Amino acid sequence: MNTDASLVTRSHEENWLPIIELAVEEVFEIMVGCRVKVAGQSEHKPNEEFTAMVGLAGALCGILTVCCDAKTAGEIAKRMLGDTAGSKEQVADALGEICNMIAGNFKNKLAGTDGQCMLSVPTVISGGEYSFRSLAEGSCMETVVLFEDAPIAVRLQLEN
Amino acid sequence: MDKITALIVDDSSVMRKIVERSLRQAGIELEKVVEASNGAEALTALQTNAVDLILCDINMPVMDGLEFVRQAAKLEKAKGIPIVMITTEGSESHVVQALTAGARGYIRKPFTPDQVKEHVLPVLGKKQ
Repeated sequence: MNTDASLVTRSHEENWLPIIELAVEEVFEIMVGCRVKVAGQSEHKPNEEFTAMVGLAGALCGILTVCCDAKTAGEIAKRMLGDTAGSKEQVADALGEICNMIAGNFKNKLAGTDGQCMLSVPTVISGGEYSFRSLAEGSCMETVVLFEDAPIAVRLQLEN
Repeated sequence: MDKITALIVDDSSVMRKIVERSLRQAGIELEKVVEASNGAEALTALQTNAVDLILCDINMPVMDGLEFVRQAAKLEKAKGIPIVMITTEGSESHVVQALTAGARGYIRKPFTPDQVKEHVLPVLGKKQ
């Protein structure tokens, strides 16, 4: 990565991380009925048993992921659906929608990119025994929020 | 308010349930709720159900919401049924495309029950 690209990456992180965090806070408050708190990344790492992903293409190219443990994913689904939430499919569906809404809310807040950026339908991986590697060079922004003291990691990986 | 039949189109079953709950919270009495997970299923559902209101996502597999609105506009059975989009796609170009294709309302996710009320009651000809 050259110096110019490095500067652009750092600028994105500085400018966009608060926007991602705001998008996360709004989605949880409105759709889950719960306020989340931004936590220090190094202090809290979720056990990544559920990973929801939404791809971005166009003006922004990359992937937004939301990771948490199974108990937290189940609690999110229960909050969204009430007591009817129970199956693994419903839990995955709920986390996928959360990821979808965070990605949409984030891009809608970025002036000038919303009309030129497409979102994929969500994909959800259950189980933590995998590694993620992008073949494209780019940058990664990450924030960790606390949902009832349980950490949820939200990452935006963008191609250069 | 008369009871209505609503067609809710979203690839997420969780979101279909949330939309249904939001309609009830908006004071809309539902006789029946028909669910479809994409535009193609929704077109099929319209052939066999008398629907009063359609709430439709945009990003879905098989047939997306914008294509569904375009196809529904050609269907005799769908004539006059108000369609309200409920989607994460918040850009002006998506709103314009949806309204041009025939949608009567547009709600961005995340949404509150009050926003559903605000956008759905007018297209049903009801006062808020």
